Amino acid sequence: MNRQRILLISAMAMILLFGLGSYLYDRMEDERLGRLARQSDSVFNRPHSPTYGSAQANVRIVEFFDPACETCRAFYPLVKDIVDRHSGKVQLIVRYTPFHAGADTAVKVLEAARLQGLFWPVNRTLLNAQQTWGADHNPRPDLIWSIVDGTGLNLKKAREDASSPQVLANIEQDMADAKALNVTRTPGFFVNGKPLKDFGEEQLKALVNRELKAAYPQ
Amino acid sequence: MPIGLSDTTPPRANTPSPKWSILLLSWLVAFAATLGSLFFSEIMKLEPCVLCWYQRIAMFPLVPILAIGLYTQDSGGIKYAMPLAGGGWLAAFYHWLLYSGYIPKGLQPCGKGLSCAEVSLELGGLVTIPMLSLASFTIIMVLLLLATRKGWSQ
Repeated sequence: MNRQRILLISAMAMILLFGLGSYLYDRMEDERLGRLARQSDSVFNRPHSPTYGSAQANVRIVEFFDPACETCRAFYPLVKDIVDRHSGKVQLIVRYTPFHAGADTAVKVLEAARLQGLFWPVNRTLLNAQQTWGADHNPRPDLIWSIVDGTGLNLKKAREDASSPQVLANIEQDMADAKALNVTRTPGFFVNGKPLKDFGEEQLKALVNRELKAAYPQ
Repeated sequence: MPIGLSDTTPPRANTPSPKWSILLLSWLVAFAATLGSLFFSEIMKLEPCVLCWYQRIAMFPLVPILAIGLYTQDSGGIKYAMPLAGGGWLAAFYHWLLYSGYIPKGLQPCGKGLSCAEVSLELGGLVTIPMLSLASFTIIMVLLLLATRKGWSQ
């Protein structure tokens, strides 16, 4: 065999091997993530995580959420609508990823609110006032406590909880899980362990619909 | 060799010589290392640290340099590959020292971003990425040095 042919054939073999390896790795990774997503305590879902929708749902949307992120605010009604439209079949799980400046205070307040069963009303209030406390050019986390006053939150207890080791540990756990799943931007969506690779509202709906069809065959 | 017999082998034989095969082997190692590092970063999504990038700068060009030398049977490729392989070896050696804890962490050059000393992957609990890189550069250097000692068409 001549030298050029040996060279070309080895090059093709190497590239083929790389392609095959990538394909197999991706498939293994998909299966592993799918398995983890079905568990009740995994990188996707921790016992402390706030949820919306039925716990019996077979389709779980995991949202890595930053209360100071504009796109998270824009997606809030959209995701809520998806869960409401497929009542009982879709559940939303919220994870804290305070990437923005000032968002760390906000997620502490949210976690403290969750302990009083007030995660959703406090979250709605914070998102509505996002411009006030979480603007990119001028974050004012000091305003957060006065904003959430009036949501029914016991402020004294919430302040204590917000700095408790348990709340900090829960947030740290969420950040560690985000890192493990390579979530670097918010909102980061996973549906039954499948990442929303191509970001967008329609793409998220399509991914949920695919999982609905797989989980509830007609 | 009797003069009459020299006609039976063309002056630049197209079948692999030991030297050509040695260079092919070094190219295969460089190609495998390049694809391997791309697999870690693009498929497994492990972010390369600064020292990894220096090693990549040395490793990636070795693939076309050695391949073109092999294809055109130009042993001049060796001298272009040598400084790259040498530089990459130094970076890999430093990285390996850092990784194994022989250099104290305070001396590491990566203050911001990803830490170069953080072990992100251990295959079989033993093999780490800097170790793979150091092994690849060492093999490539040894093969290149071997190749300089043999005539091209032997």
